[in-house]
Amino acid sequence: MPDSQLTAAHNPALLHHFAEPQQQRDAASLGTWVFLGTEIMFFGGLFCTYLVYRRGYFGDWGAASKTLDVTLGATNTAVLICSSLTVVLAVWAAQTGRRRLLIGNLLATLVLGTAFLGIKGIEYKEKFEKHHVPGASFQFNNVRIPGHPDQYANPSHAEIFFALYFVMTGLHALHMIVGIGIFIWLTVMAWKGRFTPEYNTPVEMGGLYWHFVDIIWIYLFPLLYLIDRHP
Amino acid sequence: MSAHPSSSLKLYFGIWITLLACTGLTVWAASLDLGRFNAAVALTIATFKAILVALFFMHLKGASEKLSKLVVVASLFFLLILLALSMSDYATRTWT
Amino acid sequence: MSMATASIPTVERENYLNKHYGVGSWLFTTDHKRIALLYLLSITFFFFIGGFFALLIRLELLTPAGDLVQADSYNKLFTMHGMVMVFFFLIPSIPAVLGNFLVPLMIGAKDLAFPKINLLSWYLYIIGGVMMLHCMLTGGVDTGWTFYVPFSTAFSNTKVVEAGLAIFVAGFSSILTGLNFVVTIHRLRAPGMSWSRLPLFIWAHYATSIIQLLGTPVIAITLVLVAAERALHLGIFDPKLGGDPLLFQHLFWFYSHPAVYIMILPSMGIISEIIACFSRKRIFGYSFVAFSSIAIAVFGFLVWAHHMFVAGISVYAALVFSLLSYLVAVPSAVKVFNWTATMYKGSIYYDAPMLYAFGFLGLFTVGGLTGLFLAALGIDVHVTDTYFVIAHFHYIMVGGAVMGYLGGMHFWWPKISGRLYPEGWAKLAALIVFIGFNLTFFPQFILGYIGMPRRYYQYPPEFQVLNVLSTAGATILGVGYLLPMVYFLWSMRYGKPAPDNPWNAAGLEWKTASPPPTFNFDEEPVVTWEAYNYDELNRFPVKEETPVAR
Repeated sequence: MPDSQLTAAHNPALLHHFAEPQQQRDAASLGTWVFLGTEIMFFGGLFCTYLVYRRGYFGDWGAASKTLDVTLGATNTAVLICSSLTVVLAVWAAQTGRRRLLIGNLLATLVLGTAFLGIKGIEYKEKFEKHHVPGASFQFNNVRIPGHPDQYANPSHAEIFFALYFVMTGLHALHMIVGIGIFIWLTVMAWKGRFTPEYNTPVEMGGLYWHFVDIIWIYLFPLLYLIDRHP
Repeated sequence: MSAHPSSSLKLYFGIWITLLACTGLTVWAASLDLGRFNAAVALTIATFKAILVALFFMHLKGASEKLSKLVVVASLFFLLILLALSMSDYATRTWT
Repeated sequence: MSMATASIPTVERENYLNKHYGVGSWLFTTDHKRIALLYLLSITFFFFIGGFFALLIRLELLTPAGDLVQADSYNKLFTMHGMVMVFFFLIPSIPAVLGNFLVPLMIGAKDLAFPKINLLSWYLYIIGGVMMLHCMLTGGVDTGWTFYVPFSTAFSNTKVVEAGLAIFVAGFSSILTGLNFVVTIHRLRAPGMSWSRLPLFIWAHYATSIIQLLGTPVIAITLVLVAAERALHLGIFDPKLGGDPLLFQHLFWFYSHPAVYIMILPSMGIISEIIACFSRKRIFGYSFVAFSSIAIAVFGFLVWAHHMFVAGISVYAALVFSLLSYLVAVPSAVKVFNWTATMYKGSIYYDAPMLYAFGFLGLFTVGGLTGLFLAALGIDVHVTDTYFVIAHFHYIMVGGAVMGYLGGMHFWWPKISGRLYPEGWAKLAALIVFIGFNLTFFPQFILGYIGMPRRYYQYPPEFQVLNVLSTAGATILGVGYLLPMVYFLWSMRYGKPAPDNPWNAAGLEWKTASPPPTFNFDEEPVVTWEAYNYDELNRFPVKEETPVAR
């Protein structure tokens, strides 16, 4: 059904201050993009901090980065990329009116998102065991700097690395948790059959948010795990 | 939405494969000793992946108008200001 | 004008104020006009809290000795004065009150794009405000509003975390307001309301929103880092670990310098409206004034390290930032020159809003020019952290932003309340504010120049005369601020009912009823005229019998 026919009818999803569904959709889209713009700056402060210290303490950070588990990190990257695929399929399913495909992909996204957090949890646990959590119990003694086997990494500088590691990945994980919340809501709505080829803006906007969180991780992975890996 | 549903599905799966391949590539590239270019390679691959996600998964490419692109570019521009002008201090300090 | 006469109601028309009654109809409203009034109440409350701290500061500085409070309390006083005034009054003041009320009206929309998010942003402000109040009542903060590390992270034994989180929450309120404005201005303009027909108030708010959206997240994450460092000992800024305290200052000022433009840009928007209306002329160089707002927003992000010239940044960076700081002067000057050119050969009416606009012009110019002194490296080394800086930024933030805010409140009060305020009292108040302001802050330029540092509770006796002048001025200023509150409240009950367009002003907001109906316009407006078409309006002069404000 073309959009114009819907405008004339009482469209339950159309809010009173919009003239037509297209205007409402465009407003939601712009609002989401602008919000993602603020998110870029939100993480941007951390990227700036990262840049300053990585530049200043490259060797120590290389040593600290090498203690991270690159297999788990890469696996998590793959998990998020797969979840981005299920999200884009969910959007496509909503736009083409395939309700079961939509629900299936939303659920798959939820599973993948939870898997990401689980793997992240394993990594965090390992940091606690190794005393790599900044604070009074932090230990990073006798770790050699990559490429300079005669030098030991400065534990203080490594502590800053781990502080930033926890803030950056923690903030990212927080965004994942919010995303999972959004997707649970979307799944419920899809279950109730709220989304049609004409009205699926929430799926689309939730998808934009999820992809954005994915992009952040796409940067975090090389920045944190791959600083100075080569043997 | 799409006139050719199967073609957009093909595209999505193609992008997905590319993204996974790039992840493998960046891990492999990190194991090579490229000197100072290790960081450049890693960031280039990450940016390539991010652009793929933004253009095709977030549909920035087919966006009906340029406004969302402008928002993204403007945000990145201000991020660049933050990074570049901060570094103008750190890169030129004569003390540590 | 007969239209205006006919629109004086015998039976009150249905409007946004009388459509619903009861506390619930206010606390759960999504009407942008009602949310504006909620903001008005809340920011006025915080203004008087901040003003109370200012009063105590000025009383302490009446004498050279520390007789009213001791150093610790004084540190808390100026800190909380700054935090409350900056984050809980000035930043939300014009955008959240007048912007909220007027942006949809001026562009012919029924509401902001996301009414529920608008309400959410007020609740976030209130949550942040309550946290701030709790923090103040249970001991307060003494870091200065700037939260400089490592003092705030390692040494201060006051409630830094709580204050930081309060500002974090209030910051999101500010971000959401900006987001709402940007989307509304892009998506909800009435038919015919092209970008070149937008009132300059809208352009100013658009520019402000850019800063709110792109600057606020950076200070939000920075405050998270400070709180994390203090509570969890993460150590990102800790010099003992090799962390760089200057990095905090970079991140802090990346937001907090542009934040000054969050305060002044909306005020400039108001001044453009007032000067055009009371000079009965189209604004001179419309597009220059419009784009200078955008230019100020962008250039404002390039200058932050001029707050750090003596803090230990590299000499090269200091040079760059000093030069870039001069850039901001260009669009600011464009605005001032265009306003004066607008008044040239205009038929100027000296009503209260215009008096505030005059005050703004003079005070902002002084504040802006002393800003150029401070941007010059050599002079800045001499006057950094003296009262010269205090005087400079109060000329901008109080002389500029608050003057514009008061001018705007008077200008649109008939629209907001549906009542006219007493013009004579308003003129008197404007005069008192202007005199009180200059008496308070001009002596501080001299004090700073001859070397009185900021943030000390004691000072050498030779500074006393100027300090006494300043305290006397602050008292007068306080009276000037109380007066409008009294007569605005009075006019809500006893003021004459306002016609739809009491100033015979251009602009869509004057084409609907006073106060406007809940959905702003009875019929969707279609715009067929340029902004500030005073040439046409002047052909229908206001008749004597029409109960206009003047």
